[in-house]
Amino acid sequence: MPPTQPTGPGRPALATAGPSGTGGLSPERTRRTSVPAISTRRIWALYGVVGVLVVLLSAVTDVSPALYAVAGVLGSGAATYGWSRAAEGRRRAKDRLVTVSISSAFGLALVPLVSLLVTVISRGSDRFDLDFLTHSMRNVVGEGGGGVHAIVGTLVITGLATAFSVPIGLMAAIYLREYGRGRLALALTFFVDVMTGIPSIVAGLFAYALFALLFGPGVRLGVMGAIALTVLMIPVVVRSTEEMLRVVPNGLREASYALGVPKWRTVVKVVLPTALPGIVTGIMLAVARVVGETAPLLVTVGVISSVNVDPFDGRMQNLPVFAFNEYKHPGVPPEPYLERAWAAALTLMVFVMILYVAARVVAGRYGKGGRR
Amino acid sequence: MATSESGTKVDELTRVHVGASRTGAGQQLTATGKAIEVSDLNLYYGSFLAVQDVSMTIQANKVTAFIGSSGCGKSTVLRSLNRMHELVPGARVEGTVTLDGTDIYAADVDPVSIRRHIGMVFQAPNPFPTMSIYDNVIAGVKLNGKRMPKRELDDLVEHSLRGAGLWDEVKDRLGKPGAGISGGQQQRLCIARAIAVSPDVLLMDEPCSALDPISTSAIEDLIAELKTQYTIVIVTHNMQQAARVSDMTAFFNIVETGKPGHLVEYDLTEKIFTQPADKRTEDYVTGRFG
Repeated sequence: MPPTQPTGPGRPALATAGPSGTGGLSPERTRRTSVPAISTRRIWALYGVVGVLVVLLSAVTDVSPALYAVAGVLGSGAATYGWSRAAEGRRRAKDRLVTVSISSAFGLALVPLVSLLVTVISRGSDRFDLDFLTHSMRNVVGEGGGGVHAIVGTLVITGLATAFSVPIGLMAAIYLREYGRGRLALALTFFVDVMTGIPSIVAGLFAYALFALLFGPGVRLGVMGAIALTVLMIPVVVRSTEEMLRVVPNGLREASYALGVPKWRTVVKVVLPTALPGIVTGIMLAVARVVGETAPLLVTVGVISSVNVDPFDGRMQNLPVFAFNEYKHPGVPPEPYLERAWAAALTLMVFVMILYVAARVVAGRYGKGGRR
Repeated sequence: MATSESGTKVDELTRVHVGASRTGAGQQLTATGKAIEVSDLNLYYGSFLAVQDVSMTIQANKVTAFIGSSGCGKSTVLRSLNRMHELVPGARVEGTVTLDGTDIYAADVDPVSIRRHIGMVFQAPNPFPTMSIYDNVIAGVKLNGKRMPKRELDDLVEHSLRGAGLWDEVKDRLGKPGAGISGGQQQRLCIARAIAVSPDVLLMDEPCSALDPISTSAIEDLIAELKTQYTIVIVTHNMQQAARVSDMTAFFNIVETGKPGHLVEYDLTEKIFTQPADKRTEDYVTGRFG
């Protein structure tokens, strides 16, 4: 079938019978010979010229370069469409226009991301050194010091929050997907949705109020922060796990039942392993989402300048709050404080990056049995 | 769904079977199928009566084909034979189904143990994607948490794959993912997986409808071989297939959508296709409607 298709009887008929400009052999295209032929390379040349123009104009005039960039994108998009329409016909022109639009939208979405990355890396790398990674702020005023107490605190608090929220979230998702029927499941789904929308400061205040009731007001513990983050993490874990369980084909469950496997074993040994790569990715993303939370930790774990590894004993520093404090209350001169704040931000980003890569590796390893 | 594994009559049967398989792969060849007796079966989804008044005897070591137009309830009846239809919320039955004299709908019978005796092969091949070919075959053992020496597992894998006519094609890549072989091979892998738990009966729900003609013919040959050891019930839309592989044929029909399906005629395949007793059967098998 495939080799005979181009010369088959169906093809030429289609080309001539189609709407104007759709067929490769339509008369419309051969008519327009006055326009220079279009090719992807020539279009890129056009964009190159526009780009140089934008750079030059923004260099010699006082107008913002962003304005020139926007004008350049719009102008070259319109030019591509016009040129292509004249040279190739309507269908190809539309294709090129949509290609340009999608690529520009993608570029636009990248702008804040790249800008953020560049800023954090360039400003954070000043102090992102061995000193920063090995020293706390104990007895440090002005220059020097580091964020090791904040790094330790972030690891302990986030680790604890993950340990709390993953089992709860996982089991809630399994209940909702595999067992839940009727009112209870509906109510659970509703409250998970509501929880997704809880402002993080409210979660922090909840944890504070809970512990204030138990231990009296003014209490500050690492575990309080972990509880606050747990409240924020659970709905994310439930949602993503539920979604991953949903895509496990029903045929696999049936196959397992048909082998005389009880339901709980089917869930544990067939459904969960099949969904595992997605679940792991979802958990990692949930961790990445809460690791940068500042407000709930500010009210629950407090501020401290030395290392504390015990979440059940006293205040604990963590990276977001550390960055916030260094920036909010700099000393004189302020530079070392600001540099430490940026270095803390960079550390946080590196942390998230490591988590993300780890998630991909784990997902890839477990996913091997299946795909392909 | 009940998941207790407490002793029932059927569980005792299981033990006998596991004992038989422990003595080695060769012994399993002596295992034979069992008969199923269906009487006055009504199947409901909630308050909707899906299939009405089915009575039939499915003979041991014979291939029984269910034919009929879409929606007439043949798959539902098939699934009721190992209580798979109970996975649909609200599904229930009236009447009795007995396997070798044991009522599978008796109050003290665990549907899970029923399915160890009455295996099933589905329309779409569904090997477990996270498992290798080897692990797929022994899934029934592994998923149930049973322990077996490696040598016996190897025997079981070889015996089941040979039984499914797949051994020669996959023996060099047993460690490869079960989803990495062709559709026809996957379906035979699913058959190997089903026979590895040494059931008495094998239910097949349109096992060839997703396969090409060559794979289909491989599976049809396989069915003919398997019936020496198992009772086989097959649902098919392909009347030539029913005529080729089955000994007995049951024709199901439905008056109109929304009305319950029912068993019109059940007889020797030869009789159904050459001199059916019912006019509707004749119309269907000659292709005049449906």
